[in-house]
Amino acid sequence: MSADPWRNKIAAYADGELPAAETRVMAEHLRTCPLCTSDLLAHVQLKRAIRSAGTRYNPSLALRQRIQEEVEGRMRARTKPVRRWTWLPKLAAAAVLAGVVLMLIYGSSFYEERQTFSELADLHVATLASATPVDVISTDRHTVKPWFQGKLPFTFNLPELAGTPFTLLGGRVSYLGQAPGAQLIYQIGNHRISVFIFQSRLDRPSPSSEIPSNRLTFSIETFSANGLRYYIIGDAAAPDIQKLGDLLRTAARL
Amino acid sequence: MSEENLAAGSFDELALPLFNSLYNFARWLTHDREEAEDLVQETYSKALKGFRSFQPGTNFRAWIFRILRNTFLTSRTGLKAGMTLSLDSDEASESILPATTETPESLFLERADQQMVQQAIEELPVIFREVVLLCDVEEMSYQEIAETVSIPIGTVMSRLARARNALRVALAKKMQGV
Repeated sequence: MSADPWRNKIAAYADGELPAAETRVMAEHLRTCPLCTSDLLAHVQLKRAIRSAGTRYNPSLALRQRIQEEVEGRMRARTKPVRRWTWLPKLAAAAVLAGVVLMLIYGSSFYEERQTFSELADLHVATLASATPVDVISTDRHTVKPWFQGKLPFTFNLPELAGTPFTLLGGRVSYLGQAPGAQLIYQIGNHRISVFIFQSRLDRPSPSSEIPSNRLTFSIETFSANGLRYYIIGDAAAPDIQKLGDLLRTAARL
Repeated sequence: MSEENLAAGSFDELALPLFNSLYNFARWLTHDREEAEDLVQETYSKALKGFRSFQPGTNFRAWIFRILRNTFLTSRTGLKAGMTLSLDSDEASESILPATTETPESLFLERADQQMVQQAIEELPVIFREVVLLCDVEEMSYQEIAETVSIPIGTVMSRLARARNALRVALAKKMQGV
């Protein structure tokens, strides 16, 4: 089939706006069409560039305080008349300050978190679009794991997949935030899943933090074990991603 | 607690977490710090006053962004921005345009720095700038954008396609000029 009817839907696919059935069909098509995969990569890169450039302006503390005071003032006005306790303005000021600090902390970690997951989604798409998605081709974990020796400053355990629907396709060295890590490609049905393993860093999103709603139709699972951070990302169903995450988590803790 | 107090409490919880996003969007619309601050403050005032008309269970984010956008459109800068648009801006592009493959897009996107992308976004007419920011920065769904901007979803899609194509062209030109 010509790629044109598909290419018209790439934007909606990248925006997470295709219905579930069409998303599945599109994901299947992307596996065999380098033209559409290339288009998708370009869309994802543009979206990422816009998101990064568009998150540009931060409000001043003075404006925060004015808004907060107005909201709180209106709320107080709607309650019973306030007695003029002398400690109340101090309490309000402390609450405003605490609110501002929380908003600053929450705001920065939120954008950072989105950035990391976005970068991983890009790495995943770029890998699948590549003519050589893996540098070590093997379904045997005892072949893939030793291949990383001397290439990464850490080691990790991989799960036994016998009796599971997953197949290991291979691996490659990847980078996130200038730090090297392992990228493993697994397959379930016709879906390919990337597993990224990096050393844990304080400036990476916490595994306990809420994973942002994904607009790229990818499912993401993340956890931390033995000083390593694992990210599992792919267009497979969320329960499958979670199942693979559970297998990796068990192996990581052996 | 009375129903009114409950509503006030809910407003606090719903509106304050959107403060950063509203301000960022306001700056992109106005291109001016003071105007953006006034716009955000007026938005919160209007939203507080009109909060009783907000229907619980509907989309609060689209509701408050719509207030900000409508307030902007009736401001001097907003009126000026609206007047510079051609009347057939939407009609000229009914179909969704695919990404061009003639340009090595992934290459120039990798090389384009953040300032270049910001400049390209700034140069977009406001009706295209707003949809691309709501979609890619605020991560709104097409439905939310349609509610915020008060246009049909098909128009959201065509404006997004035109905005992104315009950005691609602008970035490619800027890269050639480097």
